[in-house]
Amino acid sequence: MNTNKTQHLLEVNNIEVVYNDIVQVLRGVSLNVPEGSIVALLGTNGAGKTTTLRAISGLLKPENGFIRDGFIKFMGEDITNVLGTQVVKLGAVMVPEGRRIFKHLTVDENIRVGSIIRKDGHQKIRKDHELMYRHFPRLSNITHRLAGYCSGGEQQMIAIARALMAAPKMLMLDEPSLGLAPLLVKEIFENIELINKQMNTTILVVEQNAKIALEISQYAYIMESGKIVLEGPSEELKTNPDVKEFYMGVTQGGGRKSFKEIKSYKRRKRWM
Amino acid sequence: MSYFFQLVVSGIVVGSIYALSAIGFVLIYKSSRVLNLAHGQIIATGAFITYSLTVTAHIPIYLSFLMSMIITFFLAMSVEKIFLRRLIGEPIISVIMVTIGLMSIIDGLIYLTPFGSENFSFPPFLPQQPIVYAGISISYTQLVGVIITFILIGLFSWFFKKSTVGISMRAVSDDQLASMSIGVSVPRVFGLAWATAGLSAAAAGSVIGNITGLNFSTLHAFGIIVFPVVILGGLDSLLGAVVAGIIMGLIQQFASGYLDGNFGLYGTAQVLPYILLLVLLLFKPHGLFGTHEIERV
Repeated sequence: MNTNKTQHLLEVNNIEVVYNDIVQVLRGVSLNVPEGSIVALLGTNGAGKTTTLRAISGLLKPENGFIRDGFIKFMGEDITNVLGTQVVKLGAVMVPEGRRIFKHLTVDENIRVGSIIRKDGHQKIRKDHELMYRHFPRLSNITHRLAGYCSGGEQQMIAIARALMAAPKMLMLDEPSLGLAPLLVKEIFENIELINKQMNTTILVVEQNAKIALEISQYAYIMESGKIVLEGPSEELKTNPDVKEFYMGVTQGGGRKSFKEIKSYKRRKRWM
Repeated sequence: MSYFFQLVVSGIVVGSIYALSAIGFVLIYKSSRVLNLAHGQIIATGAFITYSLTVTAHIPIYLSFLMSMIITFFLAMSVEKIFLRRLIGEPIISVIMVTIGLMSIIDGLIYLTPFGSENFSFPPFLPQQPIVYAGISISYTQLVGVIITFILIGLFSWFFKKSTVGISMRAVSDDQLASMSIGVSVPRVFGLAWATAGLSAAAAGSVIGNITGLNFSTLHAFGIIVFPVVILGGLDSLLGAVVAGIIMGLIQQFASGYLDGNFGLYGTAQVLPYILLLVLLLFKPHGLFGTHEIERV
């Protein structure tokens, strides 16, 4: 998919990110997201997935982070080290890790505030607001509940609906499966697929749950220690023995490998 | 009995002035969690601007009242932009220390003008005779003050509940990173919070100035006097500020009306509010209407 020469919606080129001028987290990350696709970014804790998303969405500054090298282009426009508000206005919105809904606002207010940057009139915004409730019927019964008292699954839906209210061209999701029951994870990912198809929203999803992410995505990147170590169409990665072993915990024989062995193998791989 | 109702009426008058002075605190605290200790100085500034516009520039008082609110709106916005914007992301306590510095700076500036030392009073523009009904009297100035308070508080409540910008200001106080992720400009929200606080301070200053006369130390003392009100109401609740303001006003009026001079007690009006505050905070540490932290387990 990255071989054809069509223009990508998002182009991340060899970026390096440092925190506090010292701690280098990303060491030259490049990835492309074609328009209309679902792309997954996989990797373990501390690989730099969240930092990559924050770099794209201009949210490094609150954490004292900075893109030192490389560039990011969204719809052909350079958004390297651009402030978050501007990125949202251009049409790339992130759903932060751990949902981060506004606890003391009602469900309705949470969704509504997502439209803050829009200038296309109340009518359209109200229509989209109703659309969100059709898309997440579960939320339509609890519109006046404080979001802080909603269940984890509901909160994830609120966070996604809130981001969608900005009418983004690209939605970035940071670990939507975090802390959710397997059934709910399935529901959320089905929803993400629907958003991609029905609203024609391009999606970049960061996940640790490689299995489900590879299921819905067309292309995937795998990160480790601030670098992309592997990439390819999701169909191929799903059958790649390394991916199966490291990220799905399945060995070639189909059995499970002990945690200790996986770790030592990984360490060896890093040396190479 | 009419003595009792007279105390109730003056309690409500005093209380709504407290409320009007208190909402400036609430507006800033609500979005940025900062306690603005220079609020009393902004109240005084607003009052002096109204006075100058009315007396020196001969603008009708209604108009100068509105103009003063607008001027103070922009003044407070620039104060935020110049002194506080660079502190976004720093610990809240440093920001509060800066507001103490601001307090001294504004104090110093006002002492350079005649307002710092002399007393002024607004030219009377309302009928001087109080309205008397069944033995209870209220002056026109007081009545207008109460009405202005309720109009402003109504407007602010509507703004925070119903407008998307208002909701985004509450969102910022809830989670700054999340609000940035949907494109809310945090600096703009803080600027707006200070600006609206300035606007309400100008209104409060002008109302107080009309009722008690313009005296710098009385005016800036309001920044401190309303502290128990804000804490009693819950720091981030507009409704709390109103209810607590009126409760405080009533307690003070009743204390000075019934207790002072009897039973060998004096000055209870100054002490009683604090006693009540202490007792109440034991049971409701977030104040009457303050936001509780939501903790899901």
